[in-house]
Amino acid sequence: MKPTPVRVPLYRLAHGRTGDKGNRSNISVIAFDPRAWELLLAQVTEERVAELFAARRPSRVTRYLLPKLQAMNFVLDDILDGGVNGSLNLDAHGKTLSCLLLSLPVTVDAALAQELELTP
Amino acid sequence: MAHSKDSRPLLIGCGAGFAGDRWDAAGPVVDTLIARGRSAALMFETLAERTLALAQLKKRSDPEAGYEPTLAQFLAPVLARCVAHGIPIIGNFGAANPRGAALALQELARRLGLGPLRIGVVEGDDLLSTLSAADLDRVLPSPLDRSSLVSANVYLGASAIAQCLGAGAQIVVTGRVADPALALGPMLAHFGWAEDDWDLLASGTMAGHLLECGAQVCGGYFADPGLKDVPDLARVGFPIVEMQASGSFVITKADHSGGRVDARTVKEQLLYEIHDPAAYLTPDVVADISETQVDEIAPNRVRVVGVRGHGRPDTLKATVCFEGGWLAEGEISYAGPSALARAQLAAQVVRERLALLPEPVSDARYDFIGAASVFADDGGRWLAEHPLPPCSDVRLRVAARTATRAQAEQLTREVLALYTCGPAGGGGVRSQITPHLASDSCYVPRALISERWSIG
Repeated sequence: MKPTPVRVPLYRLAHGRTGDKGNRSNISVIAFDPRAWELLLAQVTEERVAELFAARRPSRVTRYLLPKLQAMNFVLDDILDGGVNGSLNLDAHGKTLSCLLLSLPVTVDAALAQELELTP
Repeated sequence: MAHSKDSRPLLIGCGAGFAGDRWDAAGPVVDTLIARGRSAALMFETLAERTLALAQLKKRSDPEAGYEPTLAQFLAPVLARCVAHGIPIIGNFGAANPRGAALALQELARRLGLGPLRIGVVEGDDLLSTLSAADLDRVLPSPLDRSSLVSANVYLGASAIAQCLGAGAQIVVTGRVADPALALGPMLAHFGWAEDDWDLLASGTMAGHLLECGAQVCGGYFADPGLKDVPDLARVGFPIVEMQASGSFVITKADHSGGRVDARTVKEQLLYEIHDPAAYLTPDVVADISETQVDEIAPNRVRVVGVRGHGRPDTLKATVCFEGGWLAEGEISYAGPSALARAQLAAQVVRERLALLPEPVSDARYDFIGAASVFADDGGRWLAEHPLPPCSDVRLRVAARTATRAQAEQLTREVLALYTCGPAGGGGVRSQITPHLASDSCYVPRALISERWSIG
């Protein structure tokens, strides 16, 4: 039987934290294991993140790369309804949003899934 | 701590990462600094963006107030030991009234049986008291209703802190400074780094950046059971940086404390509130962490190398706060079978009632806590696009901004009235009305800033 890829939420491969400044959010995505870095580069893209946050109408989504840390930093402009200054959200800072980004589904090929001991 | 060219390492501990932080956090940090027997300093960061505006409002009603009100609770556990061991304390707990904080600290020292202390005060961040009306007009964001203006404070850098320490200050009190400057100041005083040695200033700044949120680099705000486990989180330790004259540094934490410092906790905090990693703007330097590396060299010890720096910006960022109406919030719970349907009906009832009011409220937000809340946007698009998951215990929250307090009270009364007029089985109404402070930022040319320091 041909080994099949595994579909998992991003939080199985990476961790991260949200910061805010005004109406702008930054969310880090950091590989737990360097072997997952290439996969993150290919699948955790500006386009997919913009789609995940579409309801918040980001005016711009920028991905900065820090390969020496196996980390990327997403900067999402104008997604906080004014942020701590204006938002009606209980979480006006958007601190919980890293957990939304880490719910993004990613596909891990069978060989890498085995290396990383990932199960669906 | 004189302005020396001391090449020995300097330890900097952090005793608070925000005004709400734990009062007992600094004790183990100071124990550790003393046990190491090296030159050391202790920083406290207690001044969030809007904390300063709240402090300014307090100062308006009481000219002696306006500094961090829990200053004594933060410092009483450690002040005598810091003084005895020559560990200077640097804090932005001056808020809107650094001189008031200095007086309160002298009073605390007297109560603890310490002699009068040498306390440095850094001022000049308060633009409303230092700029002419014409200059204010030039730099403040427009349009801005000047009558609603509460505070306008520029982020100062590390230089004045270093000068206070060089003049022998045992405590340095500031208002608004860039948070990492609380750590960079003692480094400048200790190592005598040139104020244009950008790589060293950037290393010191990023060390300060890792310290400034307290436990957040030691496993605080990190734990995720099964994925990222943190030992003894209830006693999480606060961080200590061991800075070398070369700018290379190790981050660790208080001895005999909980938490953990590893590559993961350091990476998360390194990127916290950073935008372009090649250009982190501060008053002292533009830091570049795009080539930075972190290495676990021992348990709870992580070395950070490869921070680069570039010339500091020509303008300084200022935060401007102004009064902007009221925030009204009301909540009620529904549980058991059809809980979500009843909560949704309650939301519909409140929506209709708010439209019928003499002063209608049309832009309220509705949350179904337990099913969907914080991921959703104010405009309701998330709720419209995502079906609510089954939920047998849900709390409706209604929130709106209003121009007047009376209008805010109308909203909370409508939530309260759900007790008798709403769907079946609602319980646990709570409501809250808070004055709203809005803020904005602007950039001020350095030539307009009159930073000054004094020792009393």
